[in-house]
Amino acid sequence: MSETVELKKAKDYATDQDVKWCPGCGDYSILKQVQSVFAELQVEIDNTVFISGIGCSSRFPYYMNTYGMHSIHGRAPAFAAGLKSTNPNLNVWLITGDGDSMSIGGNHFIHLLRRNVNLNVLLFNNEIYGLTKGQYSPTSEKGKITKSTPFGSVDHPFNPLALALGADATFVARSMDRDPKHMREVLLKAEQHQGTSMVEIYQNCNIFNDGAFFTFTEKETKDDTVLFLEVGKPLVFGKGGNKGIVLDGFTPKVVSLDEYSVNDLWIHDDTDRVKASILTRFFDDPRQENALPRPFGVFYRENRSVYETELIDQVQNIISSKGPGKLNDLLKGNSTWIVE
Amino acid sequence: MAVVNEIKQDVTILFAGDSGDGIQLTGGQFTETAALLGNDISTFPNFPAEIRAPQGTVAGVSGFQLHFGSVKVYTPGDNCDVLVVMNAAALKSNIHNLKKGGVIIANSDGFDSKNLRLAKYPNESNPITDGSLEGFKIHEIDITKITRETLNNSGLGVKAVDRSKNMFVLGFLYWMYNRPLENTIKFIEQKFKGKQDLIDSNLAVLKAGYNYGDTAEAFTTRYEVKSADIPKGEYRNIMGNQATAIALVAAAQKSGLELFYGTYPITPASDILHYLAKYKNFGVKTYQAEDEIAAVCASLGSSYAGGLGVTASSGPGIALKGEAFGLGVMFELPLVIVNVQRGGPSTGLPTKTEQADLLQALYGRNGEAPIPVVAAASPKDCFYMAYEACRIAVEHMTPVFFLSDGYIANGSEPWEVITEDKLQSITPNRVNVNDYNAENPFKPYKRDEKGVRKWAIPGDKNLAHRIGGLEKENETGNVSYDADNHEIMVKLRQEKVDKIADYIPLQTIDSGVESGEVLLLSWGSTYGVVKTAVNQLIDEGFSVGHAHVRYLNPLPKNLEEIIKRFDKVIMPEMNNGQFIKVIRDKFLVPAIGLNKIKGLPFATQEIIDKVKEVATKEIA
Repeated sequence: MSETVELKKAKDYATDQDVKWCPGCGDYSILKQVQSVFAELQVEIDNTVFISGIGCSSRFPYYMNTYGMHSIHGRAPAFAAGLKSTNPNLNVWLITGDGDSMSIGGNHFIHLLRRNVNLNVLLFNNEIYGLTKGQYSPTSEKGKITKSTPFGSVDHPFNPLALALGADATFVARSMDRDPKHMREVLLKAEQHQGTSMVEIYQNCNIFNDGAFFTFTEKETKDDTVLFLEVGKPLVFGKGGNKGIVLDGFTPKVVSLDEYSVNDLWIHDDTDRVKASILTRFFDDPRQENALPRPFGVFYRENRSVYETELIDQVQNIISSKGPGKLNDLLKGNSTWIVE
Repeated sequence: MAVVNEIKQDVTILFAGDSGDGIQLTGGQFTETAALLGNDISTFPNFPAEIRAPQGTVAGVSGFQLHFGSVKVYTPGDNCDVLVVMNAAALKSNIHNLKKGGVIIANSDGFDSKNLRLAKYPNESNPITDGSLEGFKIHEIDITKITRETLNNSGLGVKAVDRSKNMFVLGFLYWMYNRPLENTIKFIEQKFKGKQDLIDSNLAVLKAGYNYGDTAEAFTTRYEVKSADIPKGEYRNIMGNQATAIALVAAAQKSGLELFYGTYPITPASDILHYLAKYKNFGVKTYQAEDEIAAVCASLGSSYAGGLGVTASSGPGIALKGEAFGLGVMFELPLVIVNVQRGGPSTGLPTKTEQADLLQALYGRNGEAPIPVVAAASPKDCFYMAYEACRIAVEHMTPVFFLSDGYIANGSEPWEVITEDKLQSITPNRVNVNDYNAENPFKPYKRDEKGVRKWAIPGDKNLAHRIGGLEKENETGNVSYDADNHEIMVKLRQEKVDKIADYIPLQTIDSGVESGEVLLLSWGSTYGVVKTAVNQLIDEGFSVGHAHVRYLNPLPKNLEEIIKRFDKVIMPEMNNGQFIKVIRDKFLVPAIGLNKIKGLPFATQEIIDKVKEVATKEIA
């Protein structure tokens, strides 16, 4: 028996709710990309769940025509872990922001990665608190002037990908809102990975932190500041690919390809944990002289067993070895006596 | 010398010693034997708060109180008749619990100068010999010495030999209370299976203890406690936390849902996790989360996926979970919240009992967030009320609190074995996906006559919808900031909880008179002691009745009518007056509080004294 299945289009993944982000927000671009990637993959609507915490980005589930949960601040990873433990077959996407995942939900974030629950995390990093109207975030650079730090912030920021790798994440990637093509590729790879796929997306908050990433996203500067990672390819960047990265011991150095051959450059291997760790430390202020370029793409991936599979396998193995539990035996216990 | 046999109605024994003295095992064995002989029993272990406090110190004393009788017993006993102490610290920390004229059985080796110093007896003065214990019957036995002599030729090292001291105590008490050794012999053979030297040594010491009673000539009286008039049937012993764990498994099986238990270790709730982690062959999933908040969120995540999400903790952990409870109220998903209460506030008294989290359960959330609350009355009642919490959560799509406390969580009592066919059915309010189409679209927050929405879970065909913590539009569940809608939704969520009153049993008078002068209105673990007090007061001719409330929100529909049948209402609580606020608020009655906030259960006499203070007349 055959059935004609109508192909789903990107708009089939949109809900009838009005999208209420500020006009010009980077979130629109991410929503659009996710919907087109879903159409490309023909993602099953009824089997997909978007889970978010609190913040501008966390409104995302309301706009996706799938199952969705808008939970509480920072706790989405915990909800997702329970959801996947009960139904491991669901396709789960976790939407979070830099405040949600790095600040109030920091604990859940690292434990999600260590457990390696099979889902995709999209961390919209705009280096600011948007929903609460403009306080600095744990990813804002030191000295940031905001409403809550009129004289500049004094605390050192998190490096989200270094944190993720430190928590033994099995898939670590970065993309940006203004490069839909790149985002598409990263999302596809994230979806393919078994385990927690951690994708940081640089997202512009045009109201409270406009231009935070312009050096990486705008034509005038991006050639010299952005390093696109491609597996098996040398680390080349700069106008016309005139610069590259070499590793001197464990120290990365920017070299000019007028002086060096491409063959001398660092070749990207996304299964090399040590090199991935060095790459996450490419975190210089791009305005600084001789700054290392900021890498985008998949830094690292590894196959490691998935939490919910381990959990369910253990239950199944115990059922096979002991036999399914009998409730009456449990109610009776090991030792009884008769009163006559 | 002739030995007299004296018949006793009930006896309370308190075993006390160092954590390493095998006190819990000794108490447990005596309990089993008493149960097998048909006594009614109630027990309460008392663990030190520190894990391995220095040997010989008061902080390291472990206790096990056992109350057994030929009459019904409802509590582990206010004070003990017999105090067994393995060292000076055990005596010092428990002597105030011994009845006037009570018996002390002391291991003299535990009263050497080192032990007296560690127990901080002034000038190392030995209370056993210095006359300070006048009025008690003291039996001093050099248990260490006799045990060592018994095992002289066993080939075991001194440490292993000394470890069997507790068997001497057990053997001696078996003699004193005319108990057979068979059950414990079987237990030893089982426990040390394959280690014949340990079986032989433990049995030798057990028998040495028994024979000591016969030969020592110091003991002129043996006691007999006949079997109690307990309804015919098959019984087991059950502890509160164990009963809670079994109830959760039973409710999952009866509802056809998979149990997901998300928790973070905390005293005194952790044992529920330990039990459930062993029950994986029932399909139980236990999740030891990174913190209390993650534990409840994971459980709610499981419920969203169609599991029976349960989270458990004690007061401090419950406080941390509060925001997620509110979300559960908004989601309208099943969630069972177990609170094994302990002394608070803050870290408080982790190993002591209290029932001071009732108002937290009833009101401890932001916004209007009503959550049903049930509470267990005794160790075995933990089974019934935890099961009820699951039934209400699943059938009424709501978070539900199940309150237990440290006293009944660790206490034990006999429980007549039940079978699964006797358990009330639990029917999840799941959607039928075929009920909906383009003309009749699925509305996730449309309610039935109970005010309950349908449970659609990810994976259900064509029912994709979004849930969240933002206020929802009535029926559709879409985000809504509309003023009128918010008021409607608050009222609808309240109404749903209120309507549960139609699906719970009516309140009854547990014992005493059906109407009269004084009503003792209690809840939670005070059940046994109030019942014991009421039985005595009735015997003395007082007009007193006892109603014990197990459903605290919503309250049974006839509770007001019962309260109004009495002139006065006394409410004993192990807190500073919490349920009394609810009763005064709902029914405008001038209820009188009886409050104890010492981390300890009430003594029967304390209840009796209060009634006598309040009651003016006696039944002629």
